[in-house]
Amino acid sequence: MTTPTIGTADLPFPGLAGVPTNDGPQNRKEYTSDQEVRWCPGCGDYAVLSAVQSFLPELGLRRENIVFISGIGCSSRFPYYLDTYGMHSIHGRAPAIATGIATAREDLSVWVVTGDGDALSIGGNHLIHAKRRNVNLKILLFNNRIYGLTKGQYSPTSEPGKVTKSTPVGSVDFPFNPVSLALGAEATFVARTIDSDRKHLTQVLSAAAAHRGTALVEIYQNCPIFNDGAFDAINNPDTKADAIIPLNQGEPITFGVDGSKGIVRAAGGGVEVVDTADVAPETLLVHDAQNPDPTTAFALSRLTDAGILHQSPIGIFRQVERPTYDDQARAQIKTASEGLDDPMAALANLINGGDTWTIL
Amino acid sequence: MAKQVQQLDRVIIRFAGDSGDGMQLTGDRFTQESAAFGNDLVTFPNFPAEIRAPQGTLPGVSSFQVHFADHDILTAGDAPDVLVAMNPAALKANLADMKPGTAIIVDSHDFNARNLTKAGYEANPLEDGSLAEYVVTVLDLTGMTVEGVKEFGLSRKDAARAKNMFALGLLSWMYGRPTETTIAFLEKRFAKVADIRDANIKAFKTGWNFGETTEAFMVQYEVKPAPMSAGTYRNIAGNLALAYGLVAGGVASGLPIFLGTYPITPASDVLHELSKHKRFGITTFQAEDEIAGVGAALGAAFSGSLGITSTSGPGIALKSETIGLAVMTELPLIIIDVQRGGPSTGLPTKTEQADLLQAMFGRNGEAPVPIIAPQSPGDCFDAAVEATRIAVTYRTPVMLLSDGYLANGSEPWRIPELSELPRIEPNFATEHNHETRSKPDKDGVVSVASDFWPYLRDEETLARPWAIPGTPGLEHRIGGLEKGNGHGNISYDPANHDFMVRTRQAKVDRIADSLPPLEVDDPSAIDGAGARVLVLGWGSTYGPIGAACRRVRKAGGSVAQVHLRHLNPFPKDLGDILKRYDAVMIPEMNLGQLSLLIRAKYLVDVVGYNQVNGMPLKAAELAEAISDLISTTTGDLDAARPSDTSKEPVK
Repeated sequence: MTTPTIGTADLPFPGLAGVPTNDGPQNRKEYTSDQEVRWCPGCGDYAVLSAVQSFLPELGLRRENIVFISGIGCSSRFPYYLDTYGMHSIHGRAPAIATGIATAREDLSVWVVTGDGDALSIGGNHLIHAKRRNVNLKILLFNNRIYGLTKGQYSPTSEPGKVTKSTPVGSVDFPFNPVSLALGAEATFVARTIDSDRKHLTQVLSAAAAHRGTALVEIYQNCPIFNDGAFDAINNPDTKADAIIPLNQGEPITFGVDGSKGIVRAAGGGVEVVDTADVAPETLLVHDAQNPDPTTAFALSRLTDAGILHQSPIGIFRQVERPTYDDQARAQIKTASEGLDDPMAALANLINGGDTWTIL
Repeated sequence: MAKQVQQLDRVIIRFAGDSGDGMQLTGDRFTQESAAFGNDLVTFPNFPAEIRAPQGTLPGVSSFQVHFADHDILTAGDAPDVLVAMNPAALKANLADMKPGTAIIVDSHDFNARNLTKAGYEANPLEDGSLAEYVVTVLDLTGMTVEGVKEFGLSRKDAARAKNMFALGLLSWMYGRPTETTIAFLEKRFAKVADIRDANIKAFKTGWNFGETTEAFMVQYEVKPAPMSAGTYRNIAGNLALAYGLVAGGVASGLPIFLGTYPITPASDVLHELSKHKRFGITTFQAEDEIAGVGAALGAAFSGSLGITSTSGPGIALKSETIGLAVMTELPLIIIDVQRGGPSTGLPTKTEQADLLQAMFGRNGEAPVPIIAPQSPGDCFDAAVEATRIAVTYRTPVMLLSDGYLANGSEPWRIPELSELPRIEPNFATEHNHETRSKPDKDGVVSVASDFWPYLRDEETLARPWAIPGTPGLEHRIGGLEKGNGHGNISYDPANHDFMVRTRQAKVDRIADSLPPLEVDDPSAIDGAGARVLVLGWGSTYGPIGAACRRVRKAGGSVAQVHLRHLNPFPKDLGDILKRYDAVMIPEMNLGQLSLLIRAKYLVDVVGYNQVNGMPLKAAELAEAISDLISTTTGDLDAARPSDTSKEPVK
């Protein structure tokens, strides 16, 4: 099948407004730090890093105005390898730290790099609150469905029954679906892409960068050491056509060999997979990520298996406009501070307020 | 009828009622009137953690104590001279603090069977003679209030709610308080509800007039203004002074303030206040939890703001990991802990000083954090400015330990001249600070490349450069992993770790170089040999310790007092001062946390005086303990004792 196109031509949201642009062209070398990359051979993180290093110069921003914040985990080493400003922070807290940066500074393009354990387990609270606030952050959630850095325990996205070091007879946890969670948390931009599909990954990153507000990008990422093959269904040439459900804006959702399968609305209120031969073409669901109502996006997110992955929608689920927390917070300050040209005099007024008396 | 006017040098009044009776407002207004009149004063609000505990019960009692005087005073007073009790529970809960002969004014309205039972009285104390040793005035304050405001057509419930203003009017008459500020206050507060506004003003005036005309009170008291040094004053509570100090720190440093925080008693007022002052470029971020609050503040600090987080003890526990990250990344950050009773949820509305060791050691690894503490409500302003200076100058998180007593208590505050503010220079890095020279090439030419090293330090302060995003050429990555000295890249080298651990400690220790010498208060050293006993304190115990020392001295004893603003690092002269005394006592509202630090660092066998009951120390009891220590130290077992009185002596 062909790589899905998602259309970034006329993105409606100026996600990078306020960030200074660069005068001349940039290249990936400028964005590559002098630090040796230390992921395991074959790790999906390499592909994502490479894509990001190539993609950032295309944004045309001043490099010093880009900030990458990460938490803890394999993927969270990411900022060390980019020659931008960055912080490798503590477990789960990257969205909180990035919220402070993005709110304090309109002129920065702020990115969060996190993993399934970092974002969905220890940092779950910060993740959902960043989304509902709609802070102008781009969150790259590397989902390998395992704890790698601590050497192989099940994660909050591992399939039920998963046998790991900490679950020798199988996990009895039910996993999060990161896209469903994001939609439930009022996220304004929610997408899923794949480490091994560089073109799609880059397109999704571009759309996320263009979005003003919190963008949650789940990246399926293979861990060759502790969870190899978790995404075989979508990577294997024999099965990927049936496994990847591409979401293309304004197009009927079809997949499978020669578009043999499609998505239609189900009687119960959700959506379901049908053989396209069995239905009238006009009954196929036309994808609309810009629908203000997230119901259909949520229904689509449920097509992803909670267990071993056999099929999953890939693309932008939701892309809607809502005022951002940081823009509004800055606007309140701007309004309040109009005409304040002498802070020292204003401070004197402040502390001399209330009932005062003077002793001579 | 002409009334007698009697002069007093000080009075302690406690207003007590149900937590919905408006006792905090009543006390606060009486305080503002006294401040406007020119008395020195100290207040102590005391209220339950429940917003509306069951009405009429002992746990629901809320009180406000105000001590006002014609001279300089240090505490809110150990025991009231006057108790105003608005219901049976308020009487019962506060009676134990009243000494024989003191005055009690009771609103008799709620002394019915139902409310007496709720308060746990088997018989009516107003009738059974159990109050015989007090001067009791029984008045139907509620009934008189309802009668007085009937012209406004309020419901009986709304009319009765103005009884606190009736009581305030009566007490204002009794002590000759000016009334204009309260009337102006009520006009503003209830501007949108005319009938409530008018009823409250009427109740206030009716209470005043009742005092003037009734034969129940034949004496009016006068407490003259206290002499104070020249300046403009206002009454201020600790949390307000703290918020103002933070604004001042922002102005003095030229940095935008970012407060990342989460509501918690008794620290929330700092958030409320700063959220009003966006005009100064202040962002207040009410986060999803304590961890996000400090995280966002640290992120803002990384990007060039003055990052602040405010909380109480339980919040510090949650923030510890991020404070450790701030230690490692060496970024300026102000952490405010308005301490309350602990452990765990503890006593949310009561005061305590038991977070000192948490502030000092409550992180994994060797993670030194400077600690400072204000000593009075007004001093919270200066402490906040000092926290800013240390954080920005030394690129470090700073812990500021206030407490519930300072937070809600108030005192007259001489408004500082802003020319007195220190200049605080952020000195952001803008240029490369390091050169790498290549090995000579085949022609012997050495090339030099400049770059930016985020962990190269200032020689004097050991502070690292603060290079904020947006600065071209200084792009760098920091984080929680150990840094290589200088270049700041990840380093697992054993020798480097040892060096960096010691360097982070040395940087905090260097702060002591910037501190002024300690002030030792010992009048007996001016023209005599000086005291042999030193009392060392920190934080809000300054008032009770000072008052206790005055008692001891008035009785003829010699005692020296030193109060610490800086708890980490200690001032450089502290060790020498401690060695000059035969005995050192450390009073604290904990089980001996400063004692532990002093013993560990200076090997001085200090004597602890420890009370952890959620209340400020009582000066009279502390004076007894100091006198005991003087007796033991000097061997003079017949040494003069402070007289057993609840009054705080004049200096």
